[in-house]
Parts: sequence; structure tokens; C-alpha cells
Amino acid sequence: MRVRPLGVFAVLYLMFLYAPIILLPIFAFNDGTVIAFPLRGFTTGWFAELTQIPALHEATLNSLIIACSVAVLATCLGLFAARAATRYKFPLKGGIMGFIMLPLVLPEVIVAISLLVVLMQLGIETSIFTIILGHTLLCMPFAIAILQGSFSGLDQSLEEAAVDLGETRAGAFRLVILPLVTPGIIASLLICFIISLDEFIIAFFLSGNEPTLPVYLWGQLRFPARLPVVMALGTILVGLSIVLLIVADVFRRRGLRKMGQQDAGGFL
Amino acid sequence: MAQGLSREAKQGLTIVSPALIFALLLLAVPLLTIILFSFWTQNFLTIDRTFTLENYSEALTDPLYRALMMRSLRISASVTAVTVVTAFPIAYFISFYVRPEKKALWLFLITIPFWTSYLIRIFLWRVILAYDGPVNGTLLELGIIEEPLSWILYNANAVVITLAHAFAPFAILPIFVSLEKIDRSLLEAAKDLGEGAVMTFFRVTLPLAMPGVLAAVLIVFIPTVGDYVTPRLVGGSGGTMIANMIYVQIFDLSNRPMGATLAVVAMLTVTITLAWAILHMRFWVHLSDRVGGGVAGLALAGVAAAVDIGILWWLFNKGDAWFGPAGTLGIMAAIMVFGAVSIAVLLPKGRWGI
Amino acid sequence: MSEPLIAMRDVNKYYGEYHALRGITAEIGAGEFFSLLGPSGCGKTTLLRAIAGFEEISSGVISLLGKDMAGVPPNQRPTNMVFQSYAIFPHLSVKQNVGFGLRKSGMGVAEKTRAIGEALEMVGLGHLGGRAAHALSGGQRQRVALARALILKPKVLLLDEPLSALDRKMREDMQVELMKLQREVGITFVLVTHDQEEALVMSDRIAVMFEGEIAQLADPEVLYRRPATKRVADFIGVMNFLPGQAADGTLEVAGLGQVDLDGTFVPDGSVSGACSVGLRPETLTLLADGEAGSAREASGVIDEVVYYGDMTYYDVRLEGLPEPVRLSMRNIVGRDVLDVGAPARVAWDPRAMVVFPD
Repeated sequence: MRVRPLGVFAVLYLMFLYAPIILLPIFAFNDGTVIAFPLRGFTTGWFAELTQIPALHEATLNSLIIACSVAVLATCLGLFAARAATRYKFPLKGGIMGFIMLPLVLPEVIVAISLLVVLMQLGIETSIFTIILGHTLLCMPFAIAILQGSFSGLDQSLEEAAVDLGETRAGAFRLVILPLVTPGIIASLLICFIISLDEFIIAFFLSGNEPTLPVYLWGQLRFPARLPVVMALGTILVGLSIVLLIVADVFRRRGLRKMGQQDAGGFL
Repeated sequence: MAQGLSREAKQGLTIVSPALIFALLLLAVPLLTIILFSFWTQNFLTIDRTFTLENYSEALTDPLYRALMMRSLRISASVTAVTVVTAFPIAYFISFYVRPEKKALWLFLITIPFWTSYLIRIFLWRVILAYDGPVNGTLLELGIIEEPLSWILYNANAVVITLAHAFAPFAILPIFVSLEKIDRSLLEAAKDLGEGAVMTFFRVTLPLAMPGVLAAVLIVFIPTVGDYVTPRLVGGSGGTMIANMIYVQIFDLSNRPMGATLAVVAMLTVTITLAWAILHMRFWVHLSDRVGGGVAGLALAGVAAAVDIGILWWLFNKGDAWFGPAGTLGIMAAIMVFGAVSIAVLLPKGRWGI
Repeated sequence: MSEPLIAMRDVNKYYGEYHALRGITAEIGAGEFFSLLGPSGCGKTTLLRAIAGFEEISSGVISLLGKDMAGVPPNQRPTNMVFQSYAIFPHLSVKQNVGFGLRKSGMGVAEKTRAIGEALEMVGLGHLGGRAAHALSGGQRQRVALARALILKPKVLLLDEPLSALDRKMREDMQVELMKLQREVGITFVLVTHDQEEALVMSDRIAVMFEGEIAQLADPEVLYRRPATKRVADFIGVMNFLPGQAADGTLEVAGLGQVDLDGTFVPDGSVSGACSVGLRPETLTLLADGEAGSAREASGVIDEVVYYGDMTYYDVRLEGLPEPVRLSMRNIVGRDVLDVGAPARVAWDPRAMVVFPD
């Protein structure tokens, strides 16, 4: 095969994209307290140490609670919005959908501080609950984007055909629409879970004294001695994200195959 | 209701309402609140709720805020430029050279890093770019440099590199989508009509990909202006951006109104800058079309752009003497908004989706 | 026609300001193959969907079997539909698709299986029951859609442009098959199409629609030979329109001569003054050299020749006519195809003339 300059560039670019992720496990298994080359030797000690930190376990639990709640909440809200956007015409549709999708481009800091200011003003203590709200706001556009993909692939006459064949609207939704968008729903749940699990800024601003994993990590970054442990934790997080992503993508593709459609690309 | 909505409209509104109400409560209300806050002042532990423009006048005149805002814009612009310029060839490669059944895999590979912990990725750039990090190590080893580069960490350059990495998929995907939409027979038609590969690219492919490029610009530029983590971790003191100052105001100085003001100013600045840039681009393209495109069109558009930018540049640098710092920025904003609005009103939406 | 199966009375439909159906009144009998024919945007699909119950009408009455259907949802109407896209459920197998409507039928499993098998057999897909729906070809999808609708034994089968997605050969085969199927099951078919040939081939009666109104409702032959308006005449098949002048029972046709108005067909009953005289291409005959002509003969020059294999179309420029007239000749043995520029004699017959007022 002829080597194309563009192909070489693409491979180099992929290396650039993956550089941090590849370094992560290297340092996580490196038997040295300094995060720098040269490497010292192989150890799983840093991973073992993870099990010894109660604060970390608490943060993990918080993060899991938040991520699960956010995944469900954002996907439910996203289902409604995506359904409305693909199936119905209503006044101000462009504006309404644009507004709901706004957190996708708005700087997170802006979202975070404005939420924080309101909460402070209302006298609501920041907690896991407030992070869930903030993350749901952030994840909703992603859920909508994924679910819209599932909904827009549906021929509207499928639903009409079901009604024509004797089903009620609800029956048509349950027997035809739902099975066809289920893969999208699962993908949305997983993606929202990943986003919430990794999200830092909103959690940082709204966490109060209930830190999430990224907030805990942020605190640890200041202590050079803690860095190898952070690397180990990061490796686990990145590994988890990648596994969930692959699962999500498998579901998304399965959904497309079910409908006999061509794979048009990745998420977003 | 007097006019009465159709049944479909009512159903649609009902179904969208949970998400809409949620977004209204958690996005619109907070955004309005910080706008309100920006007109109040912090009085030690209490908030003085008399309406005042004091914060704005401070935000616009204090050289520190100005410098931070300008630096944020500059860094964001660099990130956008770097990201879009490097993303285009990748998107082009995937769209035009990768076999159709492999495209999804490539896109998946490109998006994976994006989904992994943001914090850890950025922190690792600190490791990679460090004085004793792998980049310097490799370059020393290869004898390309005599001593470790110090200009790649704890400054604006490091922020640009790191953000360009973080936002790569945001730029690649929209460009890829617009490239995929190009009917391949258009390229064959261009070649059939006598254009070579290079001119076909410039006369057909690139103009048709422009909507994707502009989407990439927006999607990278807006969030990066407000980035907090990257400047904190790799920016050092020379790479601090406006979001860091907003944080300092709210948490360290407990001056929430000032933090709110800076946030509003940042949003306004970004909005005005982008509206100005995009609508003036419409104007320049229009001018170029008026003289029939080609070299003459390019030249005319270039001159118009130079004049437009020159006026703002001159004002920004020399205006203080006449109008004062706040006055200058006000006049600039007025000119930019007026220009953008008049173009939006007078010129119909043209090519490139703008 | 005894008791009409479908009766529509003054049916109107508005989309906001847009008046999509304008006072449609028609009756469709039991066992009839009825077509709604018209260009896109004429309201034919809207009317079909109104019969199915997917569109609410703004005013008027649609009744099925003598029962007013206002407020009756699609799932409770004795109609079933074959959608333009066929709407085959992609996540179900062929059998599951066909059996979709039987869920609430109260049938046992064995009974359902038999019914599904019969329905598939009826459309010639007996061997494909287990296949995944998205692995079907266009023609097969259409058969599945038919089986799925017919298994419920509806009183009316509604077909929305069912053949438009098929290629020409397949479409012609399916036309015949649909006709056979309709005769076999004996239920009323209401077909929406924009293809006049398709409508002429299959239908017992056709309603031609323009801008939300029925322009003419008649059987195919009447529609073709006795069109009610110039627009219908133009939409169905090809028709030449020659300028004419009617007065005192006689008609002066430009390029042809004078005829007795009584011998022609005048849709409006009477006509006077300027008018358009319609003549189908096959009612004009190109006379060969030396062939004995009649009194009704005009001469001219061949302007254009379009060869179709079985037929040849000639555009002939007649003396005294600004536009050439089109005529068609069957390419029978011994008849040569003439060349452009050749002189031509054209025989015509006043009985084929349809006279529309201008």
C-alpha cells in the first residue's frame, strides 16, 4: 500500500490524541514516587493502596450515586425532548431545542457559577443532589443528540401502521417505537454515566463537603507524593470509560442494524 | 387561547416541556440571576442590592481584567486555529481516504480520548510537557535541542496545546460531517470541467466544507474561553484565563457580584466577537461575489476585512486617550454590534450556512 | 351500486390557512377498485389519510358502512392501509409483521400461525416467513405490507402510492397482481396515485383531483375519452388542443376545417365563441402515399419523429396551425416509419373531438 502523507499525519494525530492515555498506565504501574522518566520498575502497589483510602471510597460512592441518577434523569428528559424534536412541529421549536442544547457549548464555568449563585441565594446547601441537577443539565444535550439519532431513523408511518393495525397510540409506542429506540436509550444511559463520572467543574463548584471522584483527584494533585495513586485511580477510570464506551457503541450499532440502516458514524 | 394552537403543536409542546422546564429552571433562571447579580455590589458579608454599573466600569477599566479577557480570547483563538487547521486534514482523510466500513472505527478511535477523565488527561499533559518530561527527553536524546525547552509548560503555549488536544473531536466531527455530505460527483464534475486536484479542492471541496469548519470554530471557541482546569494545571501565571479570575472572585474574595459581572462580560465579549466575525464574513463573501469572485474577489474581500479589523484594532490601541478605557470598549462593542446587525438585516443569508 | 361503503359529503380540510380539501363529495361502493389520481399536492393523500383516520377533517362527513367516522381513531375503523414506505417493522420478522394486527384478535397460537401462513401464501411469500424484515427487497416489502393489512379482513384497503418505489417492470407486474388480488378478496381498494396509466389500468372508477377538489369522477374509459375539463384531458394521456370557433351549431377548427358541432363531444353541453378542440393522438391517422383519403383530411409536414418500438409518435405541422399536432401510429408490418421533413396527410374524425370553452 502506498504511504500517503495524509495517512501518516492521521496516525501521528492519533498518537497525539492517545499520548496521555498511554502514559497513564505506564506511570500507574511504575515503581517510583516521581511521575517522570526514566521508569523504575513494575508494581501493582499503587492499585493496592487505593483500597486503603476511606475518603476515596466515599468519593467513589458519591460519584456512582450521582452518575447513575444523572444517567436515568438525563435520559428520561432527553427521551421526551428527542421525541418532541423528531416527531412534532411546534412554535419556537428551533429556539426551544437550541436553548435545551445550549449547555453543549456554554463554558462549564458559566453554568457552574450561575447555578452556585442561585443555590447560595436560595440558601440551598450544595450536596450530591445539587451535583445531580447540574450534571443532568449538562448531560441532557448529549442524551438528546443520541436519542434523536434513534428517533429520526424511524419512519413516521411505522407508528401509523401499528395504529392502523389496531393498536392504540400507547400500544404502538410500546410495541414499535420503544423496541427500536432501546439501543439508543442504553447508549444514552452509558454516555451520561461516563460524562457525569468524569465531570469536574460543576462537581467542583457544587460539591460542598461531598466530593466526587474528580473533585477528590483534584485535591490530590497538589500532593506530589499522592500522584502515583492518582495515576492508578486514573487508569481504572479511563479503563472503565473505554469499556463502557465500547458497550455503548455496540448497542448503538445493534440499534442501527435492527433498523437495517448503514452506520453513519460515532456519537455526537 | 385566542388563536389556538394546532393539536400537534400542543402535543409537541407538552412532550418537550419536561426538558424545557428543567432547562429553564437550571439554566435560564441561573443565567438571569448572575446578570442581576452583576448590577449589585458586595458589601463585606452582605450584598448591596442597589442597581449600579460599578462592577462593569471596574471590569472594563481594570487593566488586570482587560488583560485576562484579552488573553482568554487570544488563547481561545489560537486553540481554535490550531484545532481546526489540524482537524481538517484528519476529517478529510477519514472522509475521502478511509474505506466506508472503516470510517466508524476511525471516528470511534478519535472520540475515545474525549470520553476519558478530563482532569487526568490535562494533568498528564503537565507530565508530558514537563522540564524532565518525555517531550524534552526525546528531543534531547535525538540531539535536536541542547537543553530542555521551558516555553512549553506553565504558560499560554501549554494551555493551547492541551486545549487543542481536549477539543480535537469537537472540531473533527462537524468538519467530517460536512465533508461526508459533499456529493462525490461534484468533485468529478469539477475535474471534468477542467480543474486540477488542488483547484478542485479550493473551488469545490473547501467552500462546501465551510459550514462544518464554522461549526467547529464555534464549538471550540466558545467553551475554551471559559476553561478553568487547563490554565490552572498547565498555564502557570502567564496562562491564567478569565475563568480563573471568576473563581477567585467568587470563592477566594467572596465577591459574587464581581464574579457574576466577569462572567457576563466574558459571555458578552464572546457573543459580540463571534457575531461580528461571522456576519462580517458574510459581508466579505458577498463583496467577493459582487465582483465575480476569483482573484479580484479575494483581494476586495481581503481589503474589506483589513479595513474592518483595522478600525477595531486602532480603536482598541489608541481609543483610551480620547474615550477612556470603558468608553473605548463601549464604542468598539457598539461598532461591532451595529455592523453585525446591519449586515444581518441588509444581507440575506449566503453561502457557507452563514 | 347499492349501499355505498364509503360516503364522503362536503369534506373540507384546512391546514391553518391552507385549504387542502375543498368540499369533496363522493361515494365508493363495496368491492370497487377506486383510485384517487392527481398531481402531487392535490390532496389525494390527505383524503386517503382522512378515510383511514390519520387526518381529522375540518368539516363534512366521512362515513363507512353508513356510520359517521368523526372521532373514530384509525385502530377502530374497518380500514387498513398499505403505506407508501410500506412501514414494515424493521425489528420484527416477516411473520411477526404479518401477524402484528392479530394481537387483540383472540386467536389461538395455531390459528394465528395458520392465518399468517395463508396471508403470506396469498401474496406469494409463503417461503419467506422467517426472514428478518429489513432483509427484504422492495417488491417483497410491498407484499408483506399487503398481507399484513389483508390478514385483518378490512372492509376497505387503502393504498398510498404503493407502486411508486418499484422499478417499471416490477410496477407493471404488481399492477396486474393487485387487480387479481382485489378480485380474489373482493374488498374495496382505494388507491392513491399520481400515475395516470396506473390508475387507468387498475381502477373501476377514478377520481381526478386538482387543488383539493375532484375535477372528474368516472370510469377509466369515460375519463379518457370524455374528459370533463381541459385540465383533466391534459393530465390523462396526451391530447392536442387546436384553437376553434363555435357558432350556430358549427365549429371551425383551425387547420382542419368546419364540422358540425353535434358530431363532437361538448362536456358542458353547449359552447359558443372561442374554444379549444381536443384530439387524442391515436384518433388522427397518417395516410400513406396513394392511400385513399376521406373528406376529413389535412396536409402538412412531419416535424418530429419519436420511435417507441410498438408505436411511432409524429409531430406534424399542419397548414394554418401555429403548433404541430401529435399523432401516433402503430408500427404494423408494411408500414414504414416516415422521416422528418416528409410531407404528410392526416385524416381526422369529428367524433373524436372534445370541445372545451376557452
